[in-house]
Amino acid sequence: MNLFKDAGHLLRFAALFVIAFLVFWAIRGFVVPRSFGQYGHYRGAAIGEIGARPLHFAGHDACETCHSDVVDVKKAGKHAHVNCEACHGPQAKHAADPGNVTPVKLETAALCVRCHAASAARPKTFPQVNAADHSNGVACETCHQPHSPGMDTPAANAGGAK
Amino acid sequence: MGGVEGFMYPNEIELHWSVLIVLYPFITGLVAGAFILASLERVFRVDAVKPTYRLALLTALSFLLVAPLPLQLHLGHPERSPEMYFTPHSTSAMAMFGYVYLWYLMAVLVFEIWLDYRRDIVLLAERSKGIVRIVYRAMTLGSTNISPRALHIDERVGWIVTLIGIPSAFMLHGYVGFIFGSIKANPWWSSPLMPVVFIFSAMVSGIACVMVLYMATAKLRGRNIDMRCVDTIAMYLFYTFIIDFSLEMLDLIHRVYEADESFRSLNFMVHTKLYFSHIVVQILCGTLVPLVLLAITQVVKLGEVVRKRIYAVAGLLTLMGIFAMRWNVVIGGQLFSKSYLGYTTYKVGLVSREGMLVALALSLLPLLILWVLIKLLPPWPAENVPAEAGD
Amino acid sequence: MNLSRRQILVLLPAAAVAWKAVLAGTPEEAPNYSMSDHWWGMLIDVPKCIGCGNCVRACQAENDVPDGFFRTWVERYHVTDTNMTNPEVISPDGGKEGFPTAAEDAGKYFFVPKLCNHCADSPCTQVCPVGATFVSPDGVVLVDPKYCLGCAYCVQACPYGCRYIHPEKKVADKCTLCYHRITKGLTTACAENCPTGARQLVDLKNPHDPIHAFLKTHSVQVLKPQMATGAKVYYNELDGSVR
Repeated sequence: MNLFKDAGHLLRFAALFVIAFLVFWAIRGFVVPRSFGQYGHYRGAAIGEIGARPLHFAGHDACETCHSDVVDVKKAGKHAHVNCEACHGPQAKHAADPGNVTPVKLETAALCVRCHAASAARPKTFPQVNAADHSNGVACETCHQPHSPGMDTPAANAGGAK
Repeated sequence: MGGVEGFMYPNEIELHWSVLIVLYPFITGLVAGAFILASLERVFRVDAVKPTYRLALLTALSFLLVAPLPLQLHLGHPERSPEMYFTPHSTSAMAMFGYVYLWYLMAVLVFEIWLDYRRDIVLLAERSKGIVRIVYRAMTLGSTNISPRALHIDERVGWIVTLIGIPSAFMLHGYVGFIFGSIKANPWWSSPLMPVVFIFSAMVSGIACVMVLYMATAKLRGRNIDMRCVDTIAMYLFYTFIIDFSLEMLDLIHRVYEADESFRSLNFMVHTKLYFSHIVVQILCGTLVPLVLLAITQVVKLGEVVRKRIYAVAGLLTLMGIFAMRWNVVIGGQLFSKSYLGYTTYKVGLVSREGMLVALALSLLPLLILWVLIKLLPPWPAENVPAEAGD
Repeated sequence: MNLSRRQILVLLPAAAVAWKAVLAGTPEEAPNYSMSDHWWGMLIDVPKCIGCGNCVRACQAENDVPDGFFRTWVERYHVTDTNMTNPEVISPDGGKEGFPTAAEDAGKYFFVPKLCNHCADSPCTQVCPVGATFVSPDGVVLVDPKYCLGCAYCVQACPYGCRYIHPEKKVADKCTLCYHRITKGLTTACAENCPTGARQLVDLKNPHDPIHAFLKTHSVQVLKPQMATGAKVYYNELDGSVR
């Protein structure tokens, strides 16, 4: 009894702890996002938010829905497996609104050498040229149609250049 | 990119942990070390260090109050830091920080200081006036019971708190070491010795800090330095320092002898970018010189004045050395590429949010807090309390 | 069915409406996607990489990656037979604009595209103090930018240097394996735009994915296997000097 009286101040200190803990727990219940812990120790809703970010590249399936003529040219040639946007750039806006958003015309001179400029670092089997020696300044598309660049294929002189 | 030699992964060029993260283990180390010194008197009954008991506790508290600030300032989103309390990730060493910190601050330090000062607080509350009186009254938590029996209970409880406090202090700083030691991606950090080295270097820095502060405050107050006290502290500093140095050398020798895949890269770094801060500042000036100085005081009989000077110089050099050790761990661990093929440079700003001025302000802030605490709760022997209450 | 361009134009408005739904879609609206049916990874066919930098540019365009930081990048190795363990590596601006021309010499050259390895036992998610980064149920390591503190502990913990602190958002940022694309049936921006097929998205839970046959017949390696991170980016014919 006397002990309880003389230790009373310790109980006051302990009470501070209990109050602080209760306040903490109340705030915690209010602050932690609802979906936290849905799949693991993270905000489950974050997955949906990340998945909802906007697209910039439409993907070749979207391109091919409309541009089936180019697909036909391409699939016979050496660029069959080069997807459209690899050269044409991100076209999701064009795919969403083809009437109003027109892709810009490409600079073939800069584009072709990105892959085909000769370098000892490139795989030996990959076709590469020293641009200056190879064409003497003549634009690549004079001889090579970008959608089917081989000189020996019938598609070489067909459409698809625009 | 400026300052890059060889090859860095492109995202590695900029350092992500700055001088503030250097400051943080330095400050928590001082807290842990100061507390261990205080516990010498309380638990291990080393009477000689009694004059520093309260000063050590207040030092620990003032540094502990500042410890989270560099972390807070370095965060990209400081306003989100309560998430560490609300949803701590059980596998993260850093998530423990919040809880260990709060436990140490409230359950150990504040509680122990409160128990030890309760009699003084009640007496001060009766004697003072105005706002100060309100402050003291609040600190009594409304209990003015300072009967011998109540004080006896405080003494017993305080002893238990100190006993719990020692492992808590080890945990507080050991986990800081674990934050670095557990990163397998970084060979400069990844080592099971890291927490142990951190604990012992913490004790070294804390003991040196309290020793220097004790001598400085005595000088400022125009009192005599209790030589038995500082001699004992210096002795403890010397022996802990030897353990700390042995552990660090063990780590170093182990690395050199094993010479694993990272060795060539780290070795090059230590001999170039880290040479000054690691070899010169940390090992030569910050470890070997103070160790030799302290060894001399242990072996040779010297006069009081000489000893005081040696202690002051050794103490300050030690603090510098331990700071350099934190620097070399935190900054050194980010200067080399995880590809082991290149090195970057740390450019510290002067006035930026993580710059030198902020770091300096954060290092001085604990001293300011300590000054306020000393004014509020004079740590000097009880006889001074009535006489200097209005000081 | 063979539609002429003219016919397509007639059908376009309907297609455009459907496409807009995909653009703004949330996974709930993304049809036929169930997280438990997938376990994503990537295959890098090292001998096919020509170092054009298309993937790096595509990634930046798709994900608004800030300048000077990289969710994916390409390294060029130059290894001489006398110094196998100390290769000369470059990655100018992450290889975004390609690489300087190399002249034939005694050494060998090759390109190594890098990206987040989407580790199954990822050291970065392990150290996150608050649960702001995590491995999703379909095996993609993601960052929740609304929850991240920006403490950079995960940046330190990644053995591959794949993370950075976004300079404006002040949160950790990294490759999402184009989560917003793969959940809609598209491939990642880098794989879509790789002209040689050196990068391929793989779904290890899909029994029809060609990766299974590929893994059976090729020498495939992950980066830093000694880190035991459960990396899911598989490199075909990876040279021993690659770090």
